[in-house]
Amino acid sequence: MNDDCNDGDDDADDDDDDDDDDDDDNCSLEGNYLNVNMSLSSKQKATVKDFFSKMSTRSDDIGAEALSRLVAVYPQTKSYFSHWKDASPGSAPVRKHGITIMGGVYDAVGKIDDLKGGLLSLSELHAFMLRVDPVNFKLLAHCMLVCMSMIFPEEFTPQVHVAVDKFLAQLALALAEKYR
Amino acid sequence: MVEWTDSERAIITSIFSNLDYEEIGRKSLCRCLIVYPWTQRYFGGFGNLYNAETILCNPLIAAHGTKILHGLDRALKNMDDIKNTYAELSLLHSDKLHVDPDNFRLLADCLTVVIAAKMGPAFTVDTQVAWQKFLSVVVSALGRQYH
Repeated sequence: MNDDCNDGDDDADDDDDDDDDDDDDNCSLEGNYLNVNMSLSSKQKATVKDFFSKMSTRSDDIGAEALSRLVAVYPQTKSYFSHWKDASPGSAPVRKHGITIMGGVYDAVGKIDDLKGGLLSLSELHAFMLRVDPVNFKLLAHCMLVCMSMIFPEEFTPQVHVAVDKFLAQLALALAEKYR
Repeated sequence: MVEWTDSERAIITSIFSNLDYEEIGRKSLCRCLIVYPWTQRYFGGFGNLYNAETILCNPLIAAHGTKILHGLDRALKNMDDIKNTYAELSLLHSDKLHVDPDNFRLLADCLTVVIAAKMGPAFTVDTQVAWQKFLSVVVSALGRQYH
């Protein structure tokens, strides 16, 4: 049986918000026409804040796991960690750095209304010092989504997934803002 | 030719043997249409895709999701020659369906998220590595006949 069809209760709010936003959950192309830069609607921002709040007890695990999976599934990403003795999945430096990154993501949730402004110094760090190729932000985002899905399978609905994916994409854009 | 270790074969086989093709197929395709709404362009004849709820309740989409999983099953059964197994399917997607091959990657990512939700902690790092390797071979084979 299709359980997702009976999810009506959780998503009862969706129809109420159609008046407020042009592109909240409206998946049609017409709905997105007015928001061509794919920014988050106010409903999606609320969805992100809500999910991250639910996730907060496990945020360290998710950060550590996500970075471990990044270097495992996409071994080329280890090229950024050649200065560590051990950059293998699950190693102490990888786990520690994954936690650091996740901390940065949480900080960005707090600045969700102005990511470019709020992440200016982090953007400069990535642009002038770290120079991480932006394609890797997408790869790490994917690994984060997988971990979120594993640890919160019920909460990580398609609607939450799209909001978080958009947020991480916006975050990546803000981080790459100063690249050129 | 793609080389598979015994461990990778075992992991992929195990994932499929525990999979409800209907459930996972439906969930993956729905998630793809919701998370990447531009993919809806290929489903004009599939009825109501107005929002997430209607997509999730759409029986035509559900049926197509199952079809896709059965298609993946063919790759599982021919792991040593996915390239040739999918030659016709690749041509179909290119010449008849006109699907941008980047969409295969998007669906593959959604499939990974859905399976991660299903398997929870059993979706270990090694499992994810093997699974994504399998999917990347599938995606590559599906895009191979485009011209």
